[in-house]
Amino acid sequence: MDILNGLVVFLNFVFIPAAAYGAQLALGALGVTLIYGILRFSNFAHGDTMAFGTAIVILLTWGLQALGVSIFPLPTALLALPLAIALTALLVLGTDRAVYRFYRRQKAAPIIFVMASVGVMFVMNGLTRLLIGVNEQRFDDGARFLIDVRTFREVTGLAEGLALRSTQALTVVLAFAVMVALFWFLNRTRSGKAMRAYSDNEDLALLSGIDPERVVRLTWIIAAGLMVIAGTLYGLDKSFRPFNYFQILLPIFAAAIVGGLGNPLGAIAGGFLVAFSEVAVTYPWVRVVSYIAPWYDPGPGNLMQLLGTEYKFAVSFVILIVVLLFRPTGLFRGKSV
Amino acid sequence: MATNRQAAASSPWRAPIVLAILAVLFLLEGTVRNAMFSGSWNTALAILNMGLISAIVALGVNMQWGYAGLFNVGVVGFLALGGLAPVLVSLPPVEGAWEAGGPRLILSLLVGLGVLAAASLVWRRWRKGWAVALVLIAGFFLFRHLFDPAVAAIEANNPARHGNIGGLGLPVLVSWLVGGLFAAAAAWAIGKVALGLRSDYLAIATLGIGEIIVAVLRNEEWLARGVMNVTSIPRPVAYEIDLQRNPDFVAFAQGWGLPVAEASGIWVKLSYMSLFLVVLLVIILLAELALKSPWGRMMRAIRDNETAAGAMGKNVTGRHLQVFILGSAVIGIAGAMMVTLDGLLAPTSYNPLRYTFLIWVMVIVGGSGNNWGAVLGAVLIWFLWIKAEVWGPALIALLTGPMADGPLKAHLLESAPHMRFIAMGAVLLLVLRFAPRGLVPER
Repeated sequence: MDILNGLVVFLNFVFIPAAAYGAQLALGALGVTLIYGILRFSNFAHGDTMAFGTAIVILLTWGLQALGVSIFPLPTALLALPLAIALTALLVLGTDRAVYRFYRRQKAAPIIFVMASVGVMFVMNGLTRLLIGVNEQRFDDGARFLIDVRTFREVTGLAEGLALRSTQALTVVLAFAVMVALFWFLNRTRSGKAMRAYSDNEDLALLSGIDPERVVRLTWIIAAGLMVIAGTLYGLDKSFRPFNYFQILLPIFAAAIVGGLGNPLGAIAGGFLVAFSEVAVTYPWVRVVSYIAPWYDPGPGNLMQLLGTEYKFAVSFVILIVVLLFRPTGLFRGKSV
Repeated sequence: MATNRQAAASSPWRAPIVLAILAVLFLLEGTVRNAMFSGSWNTALAILNMGLISAIVALGVNMQWGYAGLFNVGVVGFLALGGLAPVLVSLPPVEGAWEAGGPRLILSLLVGLGVLAAASLVWRRWRKGWAVALVLIAGFFLFRHLFDPAVAAIEANNPARHGNIGGLGLPVLVSWLVGGLFAAAAAWAIGKVALGLRSDYLAIATLGIGEIIVAVLRNEEWLARGVMNVTSIPRPVAYEIDLQRNPDFVAFAQGWGLPVAEASGIWVKLSYMSLFLVVLLVIILLAELALKSPWGRMMRAIRDNETAAGAMGKNVTGRHLQVFILGSAVIGIAGAMMVTLDGLLAPTSYNPLRYTFLIWVMVIVGGSGNNWGAVLGAVLIWFLWIKAEVWGPALIALLTGPMADGPLKAHLLESAPHMRFIAMGAVLLLVLRFAPRGLVPER
């Protein structure tokens, strides 16, 4: 019984939150890795573009709510997603046309692209602030829990309760669906194959008649979709604050690099790796241990927490450093430029 | 690096013209009082002082970017680390803090460093990942075992007023150098890891270290009281209140026909300005000498073509590490100066958008690769950034004047302060594209 209680605490406070967070990071890292694979630079504007897309979703959600539209068990934000993705894609394509295409034609060094993306980040940040301000916004409606603590206790008779928030379940399911669709697209369709060919070898792809501008456009559209979905899921799960989206940039980069930049499968694995390490290192384990090893007394005041929650970004940083030290191309062998 | 950096003919008058524009702007700010300028020398000098510090930061960034093409996205972290130095060096010692846990704290930090060194040694000797992991895990628990009680003891010492380890009570000017050393040490660690790999990695790694340094300052209360802030950092110049009590100074102020309160403020700011100018000129002199030396030519050769320089037998990664450390040290010095000027270390104020990215706009606009350009660009952009706080809303109010009152107008007026970010981003993008060599191009 105690073991089961310990397991429930583990699931409730470590596994479920980490799985949801990992799915969000994986979607973000997929976007970063796709842009890296095709356009060959690390997009620093990624986090702030996510924030911008999410801001559009929130505004549309408010509009829909005002009209009384609802898809009850699910959050209304899902209805707003397609239009928000379309708008963000337009913005991102415009950015590419106005900013990045010039440097692509010039064949500028990757670091110039990175710097341009920092400029874009500034603008996106300002646009988001203009659109929705800097304050925290909540926009999750629909059912709160799939499983709530009390029902779980009554059904199982365990002392510890398990809560599964509908946003967490939704995150994992939607992220999985998006990933399957993306891999189907990359592996099975003509355009997807063109994208992979272009990513592998630009010159050969050109020789076989692939239009590079079309590949780039496709990449931005897909990346915009990934960004808006990831941002919205993150916002539904936690809450929306523009600055958080700047901060999530580091874990996203860590995830993409751990998996190998330019490698989509690696980005997914990296996302979950970073998320699980982050949660596991910053979680106070004392309750789990008190169930699993009741004979062990950690002493009063000892929470058995390896690192304070405020240092969660340090975890992604350490992972990043370790990978850079020992395997700079990532666990799944990404591109090395 | 990029092909667009080849020196081309440009007017030698560019730098003097920018300087003249700056002088006019500051004169207007000091003398004219209208909707655009404050007409107060106190305000003008306050902006100028912060502008001079920004100029030093920009010099550091320019060494990294302009000399070597290294993209440092963690400026805010090095700045904050430098800012820690005045707290640790020049604050008076906190009574009882050292006795409470000082030696144990130092020991634990040494153990922490020792563990890292041991892990690196194990890796070099045996190349066994699991052995390194074992050393690190065991070392982590040993470190926490020593560290936690020491921290608890220090933070329990008079927590309402102190709760931190306190300083050494040395003159605050010493701390400026120490700030540079702190930043240099961090730069060495990060450069060792991230240099020599592809160029984006340094950017990402510095982004990380920047966030982590700020997080440490925010949360480690024993170090600098965390979010409770450290105030009353000693000043290298006179205090206004002492000046106002000094009969000689009162007579001096009356001689100029100024109210004593205003005159004392101006006096203090002028003293700071002279100090900052001395530091700025020394750094710029050293930087210019270095740039004109064989070392400087080698750095630029590496920047323009790493492969060729490598083929000539230059140690590209080694030189990059060197210049990265030097540039970060300059940023650290500026960080210490900034905290000295404010008299306060407030970790929550270290916002990457304002420090890291604004500095980048300064360097790019000023002219990367040119020290004078970076300095002039820094003062100019800082002036515009501060004034945009006033000008932006005024402009919006002017533009929306004819509009009917309504939610849209209210929203636009309310969001005017955010326009600064869009404007700065646009400036960065425009300069990068249409004038990549900046206001004062590299010679």
